[in-house]
Amino acid sequence: MAYSNATIWGAALAAVLLASTAQAKTLDVAAGPDAQERLQTALLDAKPGDVVSLGAGKFDFTDGLSLDVDNVTVAGAGQGKTILSFAGQKSAGEGLLVTSDGVTIRDLTMQDTKGDGVKSKGADRISFVALTVEWTGGPKETNGAYGVYPVASTNVLIDKVTVRGASDAGIYVGQSKNIIVRNSRAEFNVAGIEIENSTDADVHDNVATHNTGGILVFDLPGLPVMGGHSTRIYGNQVVDNDTANFAPKGNIVAAVPMGVGVMLMANRDVHVFDNDISGNQTSAVMLIAFSRSFDDKAYNPLPRDIVVRDNRLGRNGWLPSLPGGKMLAQAMGGSVPPVLWDGITSYPGIEGPAPRLYLKDGPVLNLNLAKPGAVETAKPSVTPSLGTPGLPERAAVVLPAGQDKPAS
Amino acid sequence: MRRLAALLAAVLMLGAAPRPAPVALDVLLAETPAPSLDAYRLFTDPGARSANAGLTPYALNTPLFSDHAEKSRFLFLPPGAKAAYKPTGVFDFPVGATLVKTFAYPADLRKPVDHVRFIETRLLIHKASGWVALTYVWNDEQTKAVLKRAGARIEVSVIDKAGQPLAIDYAVPNFNQCKECHSLSGVLAPIGPKARNLNGDLAYGGKPENQLAHWTKIGLLTGAPAPRAAPRTAVWSDAKEPLADRARAYLDGNCGHCHNPQGMASNSGLFLNLEEDDPAKQGFHRRPVAAGRGAGGLEFDIDPGHPESSILLHRMKSREPGVMMPELGRSVVDDEGVALIAAYLKSLPPTR
Repeated sequence: MAYSNATIWGAALAAVLLASTAQAKTLDVAAGPDAQERLQTALLDAKPGDVVSLGAGKFDFTDGLSLDVDNVTVAGAGQGKTILSFAGQKSAGEGLLVTSDGVTIRDLTMQDTKGDGVKSKGADRISFVALTVEWTGGPKETNGAYGVYPVASTNVLIDKVTVRGASDAGIYVGQSKNIIVRNSRAEFNVAGIEIENSTDADVHDNVATHNTGGILVFDLPGLPVMGGHSTRIYGNQVVDNDTANFAPKGNIVAAVPMGVGVMLMANRDVHVFDNDISGNQTSAVMLIAFSRSFDDKAYNPLPRDIVVRDNRLGRNGWLPSLPGGKMLAQAMGGSVPPVLWDGITSYPGIEGPAPRLYLKDGPVLNLNLAKPGAVETAKPSVTPSLGTPGLPERAAVVLPAGQDKPAS
Repeated sequence: MRRLAALLAAVLMLGAAPRPAPVALDVLLAETPAPSLDAYRLFTDPGARSANAGLTPYALNTPLFSDHAEKSRFLFLPPGAKAAYKPTGVFDFPVGATLVKTFAYPADLRKPVDHVRFIETRLLIHKASGWVALTYVWNDEQTKAVLKRAGARIEVSVIDKAGQPLAIDYAVPNFNQCKECHSLSGVLAPIGPKARNLNGDLAYGGKPENQLAHWTKIGLLTGAPAPRAAPRTAVWSDAKEPLADRARAYLDGNCGHCHNPQGMASNSGLFLNLEEDDPAKQGFHRRPVAAGRGAGGLEFDIDPGHPESSILLHRMKSREPGVMMPELGRSVVDDEGVALIAAYLKSLPPTR
């Protein structure tokens, strides 16, 4: 039997009414026994528009949690008030995994995850707001790798987040695009804030302190998303990054020298300006080529189209954690120049013009290495600045309407 | 003759006990999952030891290691419906198709069919809107299995293959964790029932028969070529097969559902599915990216000729969350799998 037009219209109308009148719910979850099952059930039950609200107190988990429903907010009672403890975690690679779109995680603290803290994979419009992710035993090689970890995600907001103790990067954005990291604090991590294989990022008004390296922008070979570009780093406090590197050996960040403010490796179109950079014993800003072997023909290992201008540089570079660093500093009157470039201008198999750089905040130490990482071949030269102005800068990152709204 | 046999069988069934009610297709396809397994009538007894009509047992050449659990697998298709053969990926299953997998432990791993305790029965139901995963956990009395969407931990004690007591902290996955493995570009999908993994024998009524041929014969499958013309995954535990084939089959079955270009671990760039033919993407001289401490201080996923310095093996040998791989589905080490992969890595021509 065929349906009449009226029936179809009636059904459609009912559906529209249902959709528009469906009230967003709040699913309350209190601390206490069976928190794992109660919270995970709420994360499964939530419908788009709902809020999963966590009460104050400590929640103990034995396994990872995950959210796969679009447009859900997970909100605690505040950083340090709602504490999700994963000290007893028995499985999963992270504390909380988000694989859906339009999700906000806010106002809570996560502690002692066995792997990463909170991760989003393949998520659009993902917001991490007013979170603390920490490992309570201080910097340790056995801590998880990343605190806040959006990967392969689009429209990423990280705001008022604090991460402590990550054995790789505290705030790590990988293979993602359209990113804002702001008003956040990264301390006692190997890398404080890292933007890797990502495009279009604004990293501003953050504090990166007591890490091994403060703010890193990298591109790595052999990944599904490569060729990261267009990052602006401005208005940050990148100070006193003085924690010895505690990354597991072999990891890329295990090679970050202690005391680097901003480190740019194999990435394009990065502008570093208006930051306070001081107390970093190796270098305020360091530009280097990726120096390990790779066989990815699409990969460019050189940093290029880089601007470093108008930063407020304090004392940096008094004891570079590089081979011969002490001698180098002594030879240069007690400290090396604040901006350091390895001087690699070409790479076999990579076509195109030599990297364009404008390193205004000198003096600049050019190591003039013969090949990436070959510090023993250094022929250091110092210039007041390097390059010429005029490299275009990307416009401010804009997130979709509704994602970047003020805290309620 | 065959018709006669079928007719006889039908008469015999009529003459014996009352015929059990058929599988409840309407319950399988209902929007809300049934709170307990019995509602689907997939089995004719409360303990789910006897499959209902319409369920066909199957086995995979190389399955996933799940903390030594024994698994029984059945395919249910609605009456008259057929799956369509594909040479790669899982078959095209019709709406209503249901994959039924029970995880169970014998008291002694050396006697897999004695004193078997069911832990959970998982369903993958193909609804009109797509596949849905459900997990039902068995009670201690083995009389009822109830829906558990948020996952659970279950203590299991067995005697292991060396005759030693083994305590297993068995994890029932939560609904999202099902999807972490059963995900292709973010959409839930079966993993196992592919031509290559079904291209092997199973005993039907005591007589071994190739599964592709059997499914075709009983009308479950259309379009399948003769088994010898179909792709085939090696049996990882069959020492008569080439070592590399067994190892690749093991990596495909245990890692490849996540480590493939459409899987949850796609961002790693490490692809361990059988279709991957680029050695760099398979991990040869591949450096860790986001492995964190999982890298164990080692430089490469696979260091040819050097199992001791290959991250792949290091993570298989670990029981520590944050280090161990796979991240889900096991709490103990698969010693036999580790031995196989170690032998494979050792057999690769060293490059240093």
